[in-house]
Amino acid sequence: MKLLIIEDEPEMLENMVQTLEREHYIVETASDYQSALDKIGVYNYDCILLDITLPDGNGLDLLKELKMAGKNEGVIIISAKDSLEDRLQGLNFGADDYLPKPFHMAELHARVKAVLRRRHFEGNHYILLGNVAIYPENRQVLIDENEIVLNRKEYDILMYLITNKTRLVTKSALAEHVWGDHIDQSDSFDFIYSQIKNLRKKLENASITIEAIYGVGYKLEVIK
Amino acid sequence: MKLLNHTSKYLAIILLPLITIWAVVFYYAMLDEIYDSLDDGLENQKILLLERLPHNPQILNHNDLELWNHEITPITKLQFDSFEERYADTLMFMLNEQDFEPVRILESKMMYNDNYYKVKFITSMVEEDDLIADLITYLIVLYALLMITIVILNNLMLKKIWKPFYSLIEQFRNFRIEKDEHIQTMDTSIEEFQLLNTSVKTLMAQSRARYLEQQHFIENAAHELQTPLAISINKLELFFENTKLSEDEVKTMTSIMDNLGRLTRLNKSLLLLSKIENRQFTDEEDIDFKPLLENVITDFDDLAAHKNLKLHLNATGSLKFRMNKDLAVILLTNLIKNAIIHGQQNNTVTIELKNKLIVISNFGLAGGLDPTSLFSRFKKISTDKKSTGIGLAIAKAISDKYEIDLIYSYTTKHNFSLLFPARG
Repeated sequence: MKLLIIEDEPEMLENMVQTLEREHYIVETASDYQSALDKIGVYNYDCILLDITLPDGNGLDLLKELKMAGKNEGVIIISAKDSLEDRLQGLNFGADDYLPKPFHMAELHARVKAVLRRRHFEGNHYILLGNVAIYPENRQVLIDENEIVLNRKEYDILMYLITNKTRLVTKSALAEHVWGDHIDQSDSFDFIYSQIKNLRKKLENASITIEAIYGVGYKLEVIK
Repeated sequence: MKLLNHTSKYLAIILLPLITIWAVVFYYAMLDEIYDSLDDGLENQKILLLERLPHNPQILNHNDLELWNHEITPITKLQFDSFEERYADTLMFMLNEQDFEPVRILESKMMYNDNYYKVKFITSMVEEDDLIADLITYLIVLYALLMITIVILNNLMLKKIWKPFYSLIEQFRNFRIEKDEHIQTMDTSIEEFQLLNTSVKTLMAQSRARYLEQQHFIENAAHELQTPLAISINKLELFFENTKLSEDEVKTMTSIMDNLGRLTRLNKSLLLLSKIENRQFTDEEDIDFKPLLENVITDFDDLAAHKNLKLHLNATGSLKFRMNKDLAVILLTNLIKNAIIHGQQNNTVTIELKNKLIVISNFGLAGGLDPTSLFSRFKKISTDKKSTGIGLAIAKAISDKYEIDLIYSYTTKHNFSLLFPARG
């Protein structure tokens, strides 16, 4: 999988490259409008992470160029602005997703994976992890061919942890992903525990397990 | 009281004594003139009598005042010498009116053929009581006419003259600095209003510029903070993954990340608040609040359960209102979140939905809160470190934007009511 990150902030870029390379993606970078335009013109990518505010141009124009050239790359807009217009414009111009800064790395993985999944496997795809099979299209989860019924939150938690498997996912990242942005300001994220408890119960017969790490977050492990 | 009526009121007050004084002066001046004229007439009668006497000595026998309008009485020389000519008022029975009416009398003396006479002339006089009554009637009519004229003139002319002024205050009444509306001034030839217009324009332009500057500052500051925050959080996350840490170290790192997360949320809230005030949420749709409330409540189930609270929705009506959907969610979320965070454990947070009304109530600390400062930014009630103290300010900004009344009241519970205006 080949990714292009267009981002003018060097440290931000470095973080994203590091974390995505750990997932074994081939990551290329561009830090301004012109070099991004050159790369898009020459190479094909599976997914492009696009910062809107570039020193020599607007990321949205880049998106327009891309679509005009008939390219079909998945695009995730990354913006410090989090403005409704940018979001709507971006999605109208054919972006797949919009991720406002700042974000958790776990969230970045989840978004990139979701875009890649949608692009490359038209619905027939399933994720297999140990004896657990997940069909994202219809949000179905099977353990050894037996379906288990998960509520929306349980499914989202499981999916997020699987996307970020073998990494520590902090409670705040999980809460923001599953319960939404507006759940913030609550005094602690411990409230997510009851859903984790239920999910663990439902995964009793699975060969994956959700481990709590020092009370700061969770990690999905595959039992060998 | 309106400006126009104000001037009329003063005129009415001033005119009343003025006309009264004028009436008194006028009455005496007129009476004086009447007396003068009557006296002249009486004197004329005397001259006429003296002229006629040589031809008609019979006149000397006229001693019936009522018959001849004059009366001649012989007097002695002594009486003649001491007699002073005088005018006097008296009453005489009038046959036509069947009443005593005032008459004017001239008592004079004359000498004819060495005989001395006293002569009395009489003429009927103006009836003073009638005169006064008439005068009062006419003055009342005059006063009324004057007042009517003044009020009509005021309303026609002054209204026209003051039009630029009224146009301005009408616009001020609806003026909101966060709306990008310009105050329209009217052209006028009146110097004061021209000055007022230019002053208003300058003032408005300056205030609006300052307001925008401040908004931009907040927005820019918040935007500029996003990137370093993102870098810091992500660097910590990478460090976390790449480094083997002890439990204590992990906890310290997590605390740092949580605090950065708090900073992020605070920053986002500020941005949101400034966006609401800048009217950046223009998309509107008809929202049915019942399913929306149900969704929001589902989102909060876990948080409520964690705090040992029950969320109870009591929908007795239906509510549809046209507004931005994101803002509707944020509004309900913030109020319900507030009720959960400050709600007493092992108790219920009740959400009532009626027609045009949503009430969110929770049991909490006894005693009402100060409603004036409740909705201001960074007002914190609890010692809760992780609340940003901006949620209610956001709720208030959203309800203000859509003219929804957000009212706090305390019964035995803390109640936050959303009273929706009666419109689409």
